[in-house]
Amino acid sequence: MAACSIEGLLAKAEQDEAEKLKSITVQKELDLEFDIGNLVAYDKNRIDIRLFREQKKEDFLRSLARDNTQLLVNEIWKHPTERVEEVIVVKLPEPTTALPREKPPPKPRPPTKWEEFAKLKGIQKKKKTNLVWDDVAKEWKRRWGYKRVNDGTKEWLIEVPETADPNEDQFAKRNKAKKEKVAKNELHRLRNIARAQKIKVPGVGLTPTAQQSKTDLARAVNVAKSSTASAGKFQERLPKEKAPRNTGKKRKFQPVIGNFSNEKQRQLDLLKVMDSKKPRLDVNKAVNKQMREDDREESAAKFKKGGKKGRKGGNFSGKGKGGGGKGKGKGRAGGKGQGPPSGKKGAGKPGKR
Amino acid sequence: MKQYGGVIKPKTKRAKRFLDNRAPKLTENIKNAMIMKGGNTSMTVTQALKDIYALKKPSAVLYKKKNITRPFEDSTSLEFFSKKTDSSLFLFGSHNKKRPNNLIFGRLFDFHVLDMIELGIEKYKSLSDIKSSKCPEGTKPMLVFAGDAFDHENDHKRLKSLLTDFFRGPVVPSVRLAGLEHVLHFTALEGKIYMRSYRSLLKKSGCRTPRIELEEIGPSFDFILRRTHLASDDLYKTAHKQPKALKPKKKKNISHDTFGTKFGRLHMQKQDLAKLQTRKMKGLRKRRGPAAAAVVAGETSPKTTEVE
Repeated sequence: MAACSIEGLLAKAEQDEAEKLKSITVQKELDLEFDIGNLVAYDKNRIDIRLFREQKKEDFLRSLARDNTQLLVNEIWKHPTERVEEVIVVKLPEPTTALPREKPPPKPRPPTKWEEFAKLKGIQKKKKTNLVWDDVAKEWKRRWGYKRVNDGTKEWLIEVPETADPNEDQFAKRNKAKKEKVAKNELHRLRNIARAQKIKVPGVGLTPTAQQSKTDLARAVNVAKSSTASAGKFQERLPKEKAPRNTGKKRKFQPVIGNFSNEKQRQLDLLKVMDSKKPRLDVNKAVNKQMREDDREESAAKFKKGGKKGRKGGNFSGKGKGGGGKGKGKGRAGGKGQGPPSGKKGAGKPGKR
Repeated sequence: MKQYGGVIKPKTKRAKRFLDNRAPKLTENIKNAMIMKGGNTSMTVTQALKDIYALKKPSAVLYKKKNITRPFEDSTSLEFFSKKTDSSLFLFGSHNKKRPNNLIFGRLFDFHVLDMIELGIEKYKSLSDIKSSKCPEGTKPMLVFAGDAFDHENDHKRLKSLLTDFFRGPVVPSVRLAGLEHVLHFTALEGKIYMRSYRSLLKKSGCRTPRIELEEIGPSFDFILRRTHLASDDLYKTAHKQPKALKPKKKKNISHDTFGTKFGRLHMQKQDLAKLQTRKMKGLRKRRGPAAAAVVAGETSPKTTEVE
């Protein structure tokens, strides 16, 4: 008896539950997929086209939408809620649909030249305080920036040092020094950026500034001359033009503390070269170079002869000789009376220069 | 501006903040949409653009003037506009005899076109046609995609992703339960896509979860899928690459079994069993001298058995 009543009670309780949940349950063939982070539901059930055509379109779509939304809301209500300022909010999980980004992910800033050196040497950054106690003004002042301690440009009295010119304007000198420091900092910043992006910055002389000295212009001319397909080998020189100085490779020194294995390898290679019996001189190349130089001399001398004809007859040969000697450039002894060079002599020539 | 890789530095803090907002970030801003008209537009198209702008406010810009470009042929103008307004979604409306009432939904990655899908409007009811009280502007809508076409066909899959991206709104950690009002329902059927916008009323049901009743508010569209310009697979993959920092950190030494029980793992140093700390018995202490060694050896064996 009791058992029947218990069973009956249980059945009634179940029925009540079902009644309660009837209003929110929806029957679907396939379960929907949810992405609660984005509040999206994907219904993959096949839509019965016949039903769609029978009913009015709007009503069919509305009932379908209602069912799907009910399921979505059921799913949302399963998540934990909390009370925030008298409002009940539901905590959403992370969105699961993979959507493309707007922009590519940020790249870390490439280290500057100083940062690389500091890393190599193991120099740590020392954190400094922003405010420094100023005894003169008896207050805390900034280390840098507006109204800072030790502002050199704001001093009203500068002692003229003994070694300086008494008529020099010390204040102007300080201002100029500051401007130069700022410009130098800006230049280094831009160079770091250019190196980071691997942009080639043009060398000196090619980007003309206001005042260009003779050396700058000469350097620019030399750079322009050697920027041909054959690196300036066949470019003629003007009659009175001097050979360019400071050309040739700039000696690059390896850092003191760097790649130890590299250094070891280099020393061993050097020893190997010294040991080998092969001559280090390419005779062909040297001979060709010498011949080319001689041709150049001759043409220059001929030009000189032709140009100075009929001008000063007396000093003709002397002038020609002197001009010829000059035209061949420095470091070349007795240019004219050479004759066909022998192999060894030719080798000697480039060495002398 | 922090342009050209940082060559020009911003002079004010406000400019710096503006540029940092537009720079690539780990967690990105909500995507802006630019809504524009083509060379020739009909009343339907202009009204449709205005309605979608209303749905997408405030993260959208609506251009008033006509732009004589064709996105499918030349997308440079679109890319220029996107750079200016920092938008990565666009909606281009046009109308001509061959393609009447045309809408092109598209998105960009790194200011280059990623996907473009052209939809033609067959039937359209605007916001003003449907007389009912509307949802407030800026509510995060619930999106529902119905129909197996959204799962089987490639074009529809991309369209699903594009529409989610377009309409989802800001990504928030929590949502007010009473504020889940707006529902956008997309149905794919027989090559057509029906878009309906409803306002959901949460009615009392017997239990905690409310019963939903829908009321149609917003614009309703009957779209037909026309041309598509989808991104190549590798570009699509690159666009999805997330930075490593965003990946959730895995907690080590924690595992769950099938019943949901949480297991932890402790790592201990190797114990020297000879030096085990047990109860001190004075009699068993080590005694100096050779005689004691024998006694100790005899005593230690019973000790170890005790421990086991």
